[in-house]
Amino acid sequence: MKRFLGFVRKEFLHIFRDPLTMIIIFGIPAVQILLFGFVVSTDLKETKVAFLDLSKDEITRTLSGKICSSGFFELGADLTGYHEAEHVLRKNKIKAVIVFEKDFGRRLISDGTASVHIIADGSEPNMATLITSHISAIIADYNRELAGAGLQQVLLVQPEVRMFYNPTLKGQFMFVPGVITLIMLLICALMTSITITREKEFGTMEVLLVSPLRPAQIILGKVLPYFILSFVDVILILLLSWFVFELPVKGSLALLLAELMLYILMSLSLGILISTVAKNMQQAIFISLVGMMLPTVLLSGFIIPVESMPMPYQWVSKILPPAYFITIIKNIMIKGTGFLYVWKETLFLLVFTLAAIGLSIRNFKIRLQ
Amino acid sequence: MEPSRRACPEKQSFSHMQPVVQALGIGKSFGTTVALRDISFEVLPGEVFGFIGPDGAGKTTLFRIITTLLLPDAGEIQVMGFDVRRDYRGIRKNIGYMPGRFSLYMDLTVEENLRFYATVFGTTVEENYDLIRDIYSQIEPFKHRMAGKLSGGMKQKLALSCALIHKPSLLILDEPTTGVDAVSRAEFWEMLKKLKAHNITIVVSTPYMDEATRCDRVALIQNGRIFSVDTPDHITAGFSRPLLQVKSASKHLLMNALKKYPGTLSVWPFGEYVHLTLRDVLPEEPLPRFLERHGIRDATLMEAKPGIEDRFLELMSGAEPVPEYRKEVNDDQP
Repeated sequence: MKRFLGFVRKEFLHIFRDPLTMIIIFGIPAVQILLFGFVVSTDLKETKVAFLDLSKDEITRTLSGKICSSGFFELGADLTGYHEAEHVLRKNKIKAVIVFEKDFGRRLISDGTASVHIIADGSEPNMATLITSHISAIIADYNRELAGAGLQQVLLVQPEVRMFYNPTLKGQFMFVPGVITLIMLLICALMTSITITREKEFGTMEVLLVSPLRPAQIILGKVLPYFILSFVDVILILLLSWFVFELPVKGSLALLLAELMLYILMSLSLGILISTVAKNMQQAIFISLVGMMLPTVLLSGFIIPVESMPMPYQWVSKILPPAYFITIIKNIMIKGTGFLYVWKETLFLLVFTLAAIGLSIRNFKIRLQ
Repeated sequence: MEPSRRACPEKQSFSHMQPVVQALGIGKSFGTTVALRDISFEVLPGEVFGFIGPDGAGKTTLFRIITTLLLPDAGEIQVMGFDVRRDYRGIRKNIGYMPGRFSLYMDLTVEENLRFYATVFGTTVEENYDLIRDIYSQIEPFKHRMAGKLSGGMKQKLALSCALIHKPSLLILDEPTTGVDAVSRAEFWEMLKKLKAHNITIVVSTPYMDEATRCDRVALIQNGRIFSVDTPDHITAGFSRPLLQVKSASKHLLMNALKKYPGTLSVWPFGEYVHLTLRDVLPEEPLPRFLERHGIRDATLMEAKPGIEDRFLELMSGAEPVPEYRKEVNDDQP
């Protein structure tokens, strides 16, 4: 035990003495949270939109009033024809044009359906997505109002939104689960695989292997500091998003922490697995970044929702553990659901972790070859 | 090749003792490259046993086999009575190993490195301080310095201290003097000598032939084969031919001329001299005249007492002027 603790102490010294490691562990998460947070939360305040109302009836006036009073949008201009739409968008002050079709109100009453066009500035895709989804939400809200008023059984205003992807932006804070998922993978998998291969590269592994330390002690000693630090990191991220962005954890905090620990464990075992395969640090970094980080960023639903990806990508995403974790953490943090809703994903993570640990033990070499 | 016990009369008493390392017919290949073939030797308790050979001779591979880090493809090897395949744990507990690249943590201080290795081997610095006092006291003034900022000689001393801290009965040092200045090298061998007093058997490798005389017995290794195992004196005595040392202001021209002389068996640079052995049957033209004809007038010829290096070069070349010599000539060029 004393041997083991001595080993862990050494690992902590390595971590605390290396500025780069410290930046990755504590700097990057904070910066990412703040960056994502401010970018997402401030931009949709009083964004200027223009209206092209070809109907000019009571219903269109109510709707545009609703959009402008939502706090997200502000009336930028009233247009008189389609030809002006492109012009105002080009000027860059107005981010979207909302078009009510001719006889909007009449059609809604008589046909039960009418359409709205939302033309967004596609040069800023994220912005455009946010705007269209917000406007859609407001219209959907209005639909419910109409239905509630019992005007007719099916009264529908149909927003026609042209988009390639459709983020389910129910809250503005989707980025927090994403950042946690990514950071944990970065710290646990990348850093552990680097720290183990570093010993191989510098020749210190030779002496460690010859020492009375058992392979399990070496691995655990490497992993324990990162486990502790990543957990501290997660707490920091949660506190930061709580204090700066007032993002509450809707579900059970205990469940969330338990799932986080499972995920950290999984990332660590992945890191160990990589280190048993990689011969040097470069290989470890390459496998971690290209083999894990990239698919995670692109395919786990962090940036692009899984549902709107082409099928082959969706299949890949099905075998990515981070994709499952994002589902779990979104459910607990934002939707506030309980364990019953995430047990399948949890089981997958558990099985994956056990498989990775089993493979690592099988792969760990008690000799150099 | 059997190690010759006849060769060390002062160690006669060891011949009935259990050897610390006993290797028989060790072979090891990496893919199609043969690293070691048919290696046999014995290391006796309390001796300093040296493996002398050029880079790529297979020294590191052999040491990794002794330390159980690699498994041999063929042959048997026992270390302190333990089999390297089955009882590797028993071996690992009892040896001190200093790999070719000093295995120190560059971001830890001198003292932290030492304490780390002490803890890992289940001991404390204080417990075995006596053993390392002579060595460690020299670097102790810098104990708060990062290991990465030490000079080569100091790194070497720290690495040796770390390898010794658990009082191993067998110390395995892979090229401990490579990349270290001449003064530190001499000091290092003095330290090893002192360690013998603590009954520690030492197996050491070096590419420097002049260090062979510091060992009790040496094994000459090249291209994965052991050529000879003997005491340095006996190895030197094996040099059979008359040896000449030749000197001239232009060593480079001299070397080239000597190589062209039909009676030359071998020639290699040796400090300010050139060492030369001649064939049994010499051509009609005597050497001084031959040299003069090649524009070397200041050459002095003397009979020389062969050193261990001469015997090594003779053994390794198979007494034939082989390309190795030409390589050394090239190395000598400005």
